[in-house]
Amino acid sequence: MIMDNTPSSTSTPVSKGHALLERWKMRWDRIANNRKIFPIVLAVGFILSILVPKFGLVNEYVQLVIIYIGINIILTTSLNLINGYMGEFSVGHAGFMAVGAYVSAIFTTKLLPENLEAIYFPLVVLAGGIGAALIGLLVSVPSFKTRGDYLAIVTLAFNMIVKSVIENIEVIGGPRGIPGIAKLTTLPWTFFWTVLAILVIRNFVYSNYGRGVQAIREDEIASDLMGVNTNRVKLLAFTLSSFFAGVAGALFAHVLQFISPKVFDIIKSTDVLIMVYLGGIGSITGSILGATVYTVLLEVLRPFGMWRMVLMPLMLVLLMIFRPRGIMGLREFRWLIPGFDLYALKYWRAKKEVSHGTPAS
Amino acid sequence: MTYFFQQSLNALQLGSIYALIALGYTMVYGILTMINFAHGDLFMVGAFFTFIAAVLLGLPFVPTLLVSMIGVALLGVLIERVAYRPLRNAPRVSAVITALGVGLFLENFTLVFYPYPQHIPQLIQNTTWNIAGVSISSLQIIIILLSVGMMIMLDLIVRKTMVGMAMRAISWDKAIIPLMGVPLNLIVSATFALGTGLGAAAGTMYALAFPVIDPYMGILIGWKAFISAVVGGIGNIRGAMIGGFILGTVEIMVAAFLPSTYRDFVAFALLLVLLIFRPYGILGKPRPQKV
Repeated sequence: MIMDNTPSSTSTPVSKGHALLERWKMRWDRIANNRKIFPIVLAVGFILSILVPKFGLVNEYVQLVIIYIGINIILTTSLNLINGYMGEFSVGHAGFMAVGAYVSAIFTTKLLPENLEAIYFPLVVLAGGIGAALIGLLVSVPSFKTRGDYLAIVTLAFNMIVKSVIENIEVIGGPRGIPGIAKLTTLPWTFFWTVLAILVIRNFVYSNYGRGVQAIREDEIASDLMGVNTNRVKLLAFTLSSFFAGVAGALFAHVLQFISPKVFDIIKSTDVLIMVYLGGIGSITGSILGATVYTVLLEVLRPFGMWRMVLMPLMLVLLMIFRPRGIMGLREFRWLIPGFDLYALKYWRAKKEVSHGTPAS
Repeated sequence: MTYFFQQSLNALQLGSIYALIALGYTMVYGILTMINFAHGDLFMVGAFFTFIAAVLLGLPFVPTLLVSMIGVALLGVLIERVAYRPLRNAPRVSAVITALGVGLFLENFTLVFYPYPQHIPQLIQNTTWNIAGVSISSLQIIIILLSVGMMIMLDLIVRKTMVGMAMRAISWDKAIIPLMGVPLNLIVSATFALGTGLGAAAGTMYALAFPVIDPYMGILIGWKAFISAVVGGIGNIRGAMIGGFILGTVEIMVAAFLPSTYRDFVAFALLLVLLIFRPYGILGKPRPQKV
């Protein structure tokens, strides 16, 4: 999505359609290059998210879909931190989600008085996130030594252990789950947490630690030799990722209004994985697009009934064959790249064009 | 004590099924370093082919087994040709996600035709012997002997034949060996045919031992077989056999001597402990990292 900023006036338009395309590309460039629009878009989005449910601008069903898109964006972005930026293969994201969902649901159904639930909801979601983050801290310990497929197994086993433990605790409903959770997840709160997740993970990725995370993806031993404290970086990445997975789980519990261990099994983890790789690894824009496309497609295909879930994997396989890196693999929309990085990228491109020798990546 | 022997027999039965499925994972991994997550669903398709052959065509046991194995082997080769081969030089995770997609496709495609669980009839005359208080059914004996026989056959194929030698060579170095005149695509197809055929055999046996089948049965069993492959050391054929029997034994013994709801918890906790002490599985060798 980082397009070169060459002035289009120099190129002579071949046809009318071509000229139109050029003009749209220029407009698009102008929007993408102007970072001041970004906060305005966020503000407008937030105001819309308050107004839409208040005046019923779209029907309940569409609102619900939008909430699910938000939750899926949080899940996808947070998993992308591990699978995309760090290059590990975590397959147990639903486990963290389960912890967040259960912690928050216990707060709202058992501990807090009913009239205070709505006021304390952000704190409840935060508690869900923190609970999941603590578990994430635990899971990050095996990642110090094991890697690749073996780490995948550790996360997979973790997912199943969480499910199994919840099934065996009678106080929180065991295999029957927790019914009757108040519907506290609203559009504004979903929007808030989604934007928070995107911004925090974006800032983390471009921070010193985030560069360490990406260095581990490229070569763990080399990055260790260059002074990256790999254990600490992994610990941070896992904790942050699981925190947001817990947040998503808490929001999910309060929109579904019923949770059971079955909801958070390996199939849910697979869903998140598909969204990450559909959107493209190592790209927050990709995660947003992947989550949105996947959720919307599943809803659009609903008239196909049973064939819906046959068509969806077919499309995924075709996408992977023709575009193995997903929609946005390792590329980012300009608003999400820090100014300095953008400058450095432009500088590199220019240098590459002059010398034609050194590879850019 | 008789209870223990009884459960050991059950453990052998379940373990041999896990081991047969794990072999498919480990063979494909050994050759392509790719985790074929559709393998558990091919196992499920094998069970449904058994259903079709036994109920709709009314075949006896041996032809049913052959129909299921050959059908799924062809399906496995087809999947490799259509979905995995274009991705052979793509990033590894793309192939893994494709495999997940193929698995989802197989599940839901089967679900369209069989939305409800199906019942498999008794294909083998089931006689039960009672030896010192331990009841042994002929079905159990057939499952255990048949799968052990298949494993020995596979081991012989991989070690003694030219195809097996080519497989081992390709898993050693995928870039150089084709230059020596080894037909890479043919050998990969053969690997898929063998691996998925064994998975289908496991599907048939599972369907006979636990006669209710549904399109989602492959997910959990597939993941568990994958875990057994990793426990044994992924890419190692004998390791996969050992891993399958270990997982089967642990699961049955936990269910036998502890509350059965603890089964998954204890099995996976043990797996984690094992991976802490032997991070590359029982027979796996650590691959040196190059900088």
